[in-house]
Amino acid sequence: MATNEATSNVKRIQVRRFKPEEFPEKHYLNEEKGIWAWMTTVDHKKIGLMYLASITFFFFIAGVLAILLRTELLTPARSFMDADVYNQVFTLHGAIMIFFFLIPSVPAVLGNFVLPMQLGAKDVAFPRLNLASFYIYVIGALFTFFAIFTGGVDTGWTFYTPYSATTGGNVMAMTFGVFILGFSSILTGLNFIVTIHKMRSPGITWNRLPLNLWGLYATSIIQILATPVLAITLLLLTMERLLSIGIFDPALGGDPVLYQHFFWFYSHPAVYIMIVPGFGIISEVISTFSRKVIFGYWAIALSSLAIAFIGFLVWGHHMFTAGQSSLANMVFSFLTFLVGIPTGIKIFNWLATMYKGSIDMKAPMLYAMVFLFLFTIGGFTGIMLGALSVDIHLHDTYYVVAHFHYVMMGGMVMAFFAGLHYWWPKMFGKMYSEFWARIACAILFIGFNMTFLPQFVMGAQGMPRRYFNYIDQFQSFHVFSTIGAYVMSVAFLIMAAYLLHSLLKGKRAPSNPWGSRALEWQSSSPPPLHNFHHVPVIINGPYDYHKPMSEFQLGIAASHNGHHHHGEEAVTVDKSEKEQA
Amino acid sequence: MNRFSEFMLPPQKSTLAEHTDALFNFVNVTSIILLTGITIAIIYFAWKYRRRSENDVTPVITHNNKLEITWSVIPLILVMIVFGWGLNGYMQLTTPPADAYEIRVVGKSWLWEFHYETGFVSVNELHVPVNRPVKLVMSSDDVLHSFYIPDFRVKMDVLPNRYTSLWFEATEIGESVIFCTEYCGTAHSNMLATAHVHSADDFITWLETAGSADDSLPPAELGEQLVVRNACNTCHSSDGARLVGPTFQGLWMAEREMQDGEIIIADENYIRESILDPNARITAGYQPVMPSYAGTLNDRQIDAIIEYIKTIQ
Repeated sequence: MATNEATSNVKRIQVRRFKPEEFPEKHYLNEEKGIWAWMTTVDHKKIGLMYLASITFFFFIAGVLAILLRTELLTPARSFMDADVYNQVFTLHGAIMIFFFLIPSVPAVLGNFVLPMQLGAKDVAFPRLNLASFYIYVIGALFTFFAIFTGGVDTGWTFYTPYSATTGGNVMAMTFGVFILGFSSILTGLNFIVTIHKMRSPGITWNRLPLNLWGLYATSIIQILATPVLAITLLLLTMERLLSIGIFDPALGGDPVLYQHFFWFYSHPAVYIMIVPGFGIISEVISTFSRKVIFGYWAIALSSLAIAFIGFLVWGHHMFTAGQSSLANMVFSFLTFLVGIPTGIKIFNWLATMYKGSIDMKAPMLYAMVFLFLFTIGGFTGIMLGALSVDIHLHDTYYVVAHFHYVMMGGMVMAFFAGLHYWWPKMFGKMYSEFWARIACAILFIGFNMTFLPQFVMGAQGMPRRYFNYIDQFQSFHVFSTIGAYVMSVAFLIMAAYLLHSLLKGKRAPSNPWGSRALEWQSSSPPPLHNFHHVPVIINGPYDYHKPMSEFQLGIAASHNGHHHHGEEAVTVDKSEKEQA
Repeated sequence: MNRFSEFMLPPQKSTLAEHTDALFNFVNVTSIILLTGITIAIIYFAWKYRRRSENDVTPVITHNNKLEITWSVIPLILVMIVFGWGLNGYMQLTTPPADAYEIRVVGKSWLWEFHYETGFVSVNELHVPVNRPVKLVMSSDDVLHSFYIPDFRVKMDVLPNRYTSLWFEATEIGESVIFCTEYCGTAHSNMLATAHVHSADDFITWLETAGSADDSLPPAELGEQLVVRNACNTCHSSDGARLVGPTFQGLWMAEREMQDGEIIIADENYIRESILDPNARITAGYQPVMPSYAGTLNDRQIDAIIEYIKTIQ
């Protein structure tokens, strides 16, 4: 408990314990009914679920595209689609996965759902803006579909000029879709930053902020600062195409390398938009399932910010062979290695958190451990690619493809699944089959490594990426990789089946099935429309497993909704008005 | 170690390959050691500290400065070694010796042209001497391409608005594959070439006689060879199959509809124009993507190709 009562800016508040109601009859899912209530809702939880439905749809589409790609690559020449179709399919796989799945996945789905609850707030700071972000996302998606059905896009998700300026298809509609999408991302980031600053419950000081929120905070900063650059780039691209102003097209006096600088200035930080919130989830999950104080709270929190900051300065490592100066290459290579250090620190901190813990190998923890293994491989191969001379050999080969799939899918998607399984009971008030969840996780792990480990080898042997035909020596690797992709799709089918079963017929979940100390678990499952029937008061850190549970369920005694609950004890807490930052 | 390296990497056929491979191996070995340690720790902790009862009490360990500094500084030292090593190799890769033999390279969608000091131009066949530094000065005629020889561990993007260069010194007589590694459209994955490494004498002989052997061939046969040598067959089939461009079969003297509705007869003048200024008239249903062969093919070679097209009806 806070003990600085001697200072003048301390006021005393009466708190008492609020035990969450088990199996509530009224909750956010049934308090308002009907499709219109969903479409006009400003409830962050429902908006989170609408995002979840959307990204699941896009993940499915892009996943099917991936299976088509892998099937085509079973043979060195044409298997069942033409080169032009193949080029469109890999472009869409990348663009949809990145812009419509990876970027919104953790912040817009899990962040939206969890962030206000972890702060003890009723909603985000700007609930209507939050709904607007969702609709902006939908409009962006519609533009993309329009592009796909009016000629398609075959530029690769990077839209490199001058190819993107000369190829047929509807590149303009696609870039406009991504342009619109960016605003969704910016507004969500803005909303989160304001919410974290202004809407923390009494007692949530910066050093009691859950690490998940530190992750989202760092992510939001990147979203706000980097996404406008993408918007500017795409706007310049449009102006060049429509008004023939020479910016990137050498035929008009522009410079294609300039485009790459602009593009990666956004798209490299975007990698951190995707992975940093994943770090937050992993911190929550490992601490909860090890039932232990997180090791190195500040190291983890600050390393997220460090990654966000240094992440802005390493974009040039995508361009070591692009024709930028040797000096630029040297500086970018150096900074790239620096960004590896805070990432490594996190891995060690998570391991140290497990040390002497009480580890329960439930599905979320299993996904977190899969994350640790796969993401570490992604990190080490990133070190490989940061080394200048080796990158010259490996750049634009399957080695790079394997590397970013280890980071994005092995890291980010596994973290997303860890979070999804962790918060699923809170979101829907239902449990899923633990048995099938572990089976799916195991199959996914095997399938993933089967798919992408061979790609490291063929990449190092020289197999270039984005190849429709390839020379015969790589066929055995491609076949193995394709089989791995099929194995993964089996895991996804199982996951879809048990999650659907959980939604329809799942056992009702208790309010805190994992015994977590985090604030979102001190509300009912599913939570009430406004998250808590009281104003929570926080006196311990979110990972203080050595403190009794009763100290984590406190709220202001005079809450107007307090009559729903039977207070068991009244405690007086000193609260300093100015939080210690 | 060697077997691992041989499995992972293509054969070393240039002087700089060894340096790159050594770093590749160093990073791999260090990574595998650390990854093994981390994996063992994950599995060991998960087993050793598995939950035994719901009332398990865990110790409060919030941080440990010595430990944290150790696991920050050791990786920092390791990555700085990798940085310096990589930079050193890169400086060698980007600093050609002053006496390097120069060849001009032009990337076009979707072929590679190699211009030699004698004025001879080869398409998709790079000929270089062994044990002598060779510098390639490269540019693109259209979109971005990237020139990559895995066996030599060299790669450089090829741009339309500036010259880029790379250099290597081949150490073995033989052939190596050349890839385009910057995505450039439909036939990106067919934009392959071969690097032929000759002994010093053979290279001089090849350079002196390059093209002259063609003189003794009948035009149609020469044309058939030129179609392959100049990568025409990447986009134009000889058997009626539809590729990126129209097939050669049945082309001669056929009535063709152009994109603007004009009907033309595919005679000598049309074929010649299509080779030298391909986008002047585009056959209906096809894209204007063919690069110009002006400066690549001389008049006699164009005649030979026309003779060849005449033969495939």
